[in-house]
Amino acid sequence: MSDTATIEGFRAETRAWLEANCPSEMRQPLRGEEDYCWGGRKAQFQSDAQRLWLQRMGERGWTVPTWPRDYGGGGLSAEEAAALQQEMRSLGCRPALWSFGIWMLGPALLKFGNEEQKREHLPKIARGEIRWCQGYSEPNAGSDLASLATRAEDRGDHYLVNGQKIWTSYADLADWIFCLVRTDSAAKKHTGISFLLFDMATPGVNTRPITLISGKSPFCETFFDDVRVEKHNLVGQPGGGWDVAKYLLTHEREMIGAIGDRSQSQPLGAMAAQSLGRDALGRLDDPMLRARIAEFEVDEAAFRALMQRFGEQARARQAHGAFSSALKYYGAELNKRRQELIMSALGSAGLEWEGAASNDGEAARDWLRSKANSIEGGTSEVQLNVIAKRILELPGA
Amino acid sequence: MALLLNEEQTMLRDSARSFLADNAPVAQLRQLRDGHDPAGFAGPTWSAFAELGFAGVAVAEAHGGTGLGAVEVGVLMEQIGRHLSALPFLSSGVVAARLLQLAGSPAQQAAWLPRIARGEAIATLALDEGPKHRTDDIALRAQAHSGSWMLAGTKTFVPDGHVASLLLVAARADDGVAIFAVPRDAAGVQVERTVMADAHNAARVLLLDVQLPDEARLPAGNEAALQQALDLGRAAAAAELLGIADEVFERTLDYLKQRKQFGKLIGEFQALQHRAATLYVDIELARAALAKALQALDATPQRAAEAVAIAKAKCGTAATLAVQESVQMHGGMGMTDPLDFGLFMKRARVLQELWGDSGWQMDRLARLRGY
Repeated sequence: MSDTATIEGFRAETRAWLEANCPSEMRQPLRGEEDYCWGGRKAQFQSDAQRLWLQRMGERGWTVPTWPRDYGGGGLSAEEAAALQQEMRSLGCRPALWSFGIWMLGPALLKFGNEEQKREHLPKIARGEIRWCQGYSEPNAGSDLASLATRAEDRGDHYLVNGQKIWTSYADLADWIFCLVRTDSAAKKHTGISFLLFDMATPGVNTRPITLISGKSPFCETFFDDVRVEKHNLVGQPGGGWDVAKYLLTHEREMIGAIGDRSQSQPLGAMAAQSLGRDALGRLDDPMLRARIAEFEVDEAAFRALMQRFGEQARARQAHGAFSSALKYYGAELNKRRQELIMSALGSAGLEWEGAASNDGEAARDWLRSKANSIEGGTSEVQLNVIAKRILELPGA
Repeated sequence: MALLLNEEQTMLRDSARSFLADNAPVAQLRQLRDGHDPAGFAGPTWSAFAELGFAGVAVAEAHGGTGLGAVEVGVLMEQIGRHLSALPFLSSGVVAARLLQLAGSPAQQAAWLPRIARGEAIATLALDEGPKHRTDDIALRAQAHSGSWMLAGTKTFVPDGHVASLLLVAARADDGVAIFAVPRDAAGVQVERTVMADAHNAARVLLLDVQLPDEARLPAGNEAALQQALDLGRAAAAAELLGIADEVFERTLDYLKQRKQFGKLIGEFQALQHRAATLYVDIELARAALAKALQALDATPQRAAEAVAIAKAKCGTAATLAVQESVQMHGGMGMTDPLDFGLFMKRARVLQELWGDSGWQMDRLARLRGY
């Protein structure tokens, strides 16, 4: 049988399984962040359908289709995973799980983790049993991440961690943290860093949500006060944490870049025409905004094509290792433009901050939230530095 | 691997690249320009290009072409853009050939397509009438007179018009847009070569009560066929723009790594690094958008309009930025004629205007999407 026949057989089976197993509530378009299912020990499921959908997808390993079966994954090839994604899209199936474990930690563990760590953590990520957060940034280590100061002191069979992290997304809701710590203060700044995993319920861990300009608190300050971490929770070599961190960052950048692709949501032009009306020729009744939206939609479509092309290159092993910086840079800037245009299209209606009409200021809060896109996961300026140095190989620094 | 070239397409690219580098480099365009060459392209180069099967890539095998697709047209056009090759491929082998194939009668196809594929005849579409591309208001009139037609009006910016032996003239008939196959030597046809900024070929064409037999009209030459042929042309022009952007960007990157000022390579300055990185991303976006459009033209040509509008808009703005940055980053030297950047800039400007600039494409996208 040819490869094409094999993949089409897989596609047909997959479609049948999805039709039988994806509850109808999980085929409704997402209304907003409140519909995301993050799993974890503190998970609060919106509905039985949501819980069931996660359970079924997790059992099959299809929350992480390409991870090996031994670690709770689906064991699918890249082509099969692409077919699964296409079928889910065409049936309107929601993702079963949102997870930093899937997008960030998992790939790093697959590459740098030992067998015991993979067997311990990956299946729980796949099934949505443990929710992870990322301990990277510190008050004095933002763009210059490698200057981080959180210390992990070697106490023989364990480390004692002291310090502070900031911008820890959903730290207050997470079960475990993957954390960059300094294990060697005498070494050069990039070489004294190690990559530790620990339970957020360990004594000495405290979190405090930070209120942002959106009025929401997706980020926390996280404090470590004599936190005891067993040594088997070190990933990679002591002092080798920066390599793990950088690898993980490329995945984080692809994840953030993907916000530039909102192919599932309503096109901006149609949304603006609904909000502002049309002229006698059927055009959006605001020529300047119409032009800006059309320009945006060209770039948005080009970005979607770029993501597709990057996926094909990655499968063919032709992608540049630093290309995630290009996707992160552009996706973030694109989403900021989108949110500005949405605010223009909504006019004063988009400025309502409270009340049912605006779903408690959803548009305005999304607009403000988007301003972090070009800061988190490395600022746009840092991404341009990476592109200049690693892809264009320009001299200096 | 829908958006990446397959093995055959990669081979086509490599052979086109080496052929054009050897036979139709920028230096040749310079010679044609400086020598005020009456044809505006090198005949032997064009014949060799056709002999390799390049001129007929978009012509069906039944009509003597190689019957390849839009992706292959794009592959060739990118290389033409990189070398600024002055060849009547876009006008004749791409748009005119596609229009004849879509809308021509069997007799018209048999008479012209094999010769177009062999590079022996040049055909071109005469469409625009004013300074901007406006397919909605074609004013040139076609009036029926008992079994014959009379055409009257003026066409401008007709690519390769002064060397074409066949003009495909878009006209307004009582029943809408019509296309006529008008031999260059028909009575009443006046062709004036317009020497353009890019030193490529264009012409103004006057049709002074040109009498044509009924069979001169392309039987299926309606608005839809015209747009579909133009869409292949627009994507091909976008590919040429991408080739230009790639070439000037590569040359500029090299310069950033060689030129020293203030005791440093200028590529060490962050102000330039960030501009180069931004331009790089823009060119990659254009490349992906173009690949998507070419793929759509091969898979579902009647539904490719959106993807084509996106590709031409994006390749147009990316190339415009690329040529401007190339001049700016080369400083005073970038302004000089002996460095090639001016030639690339002029060609990019012409390609922007050809069959709708970025603004026109964006407006079209908005109309297609219903806003």
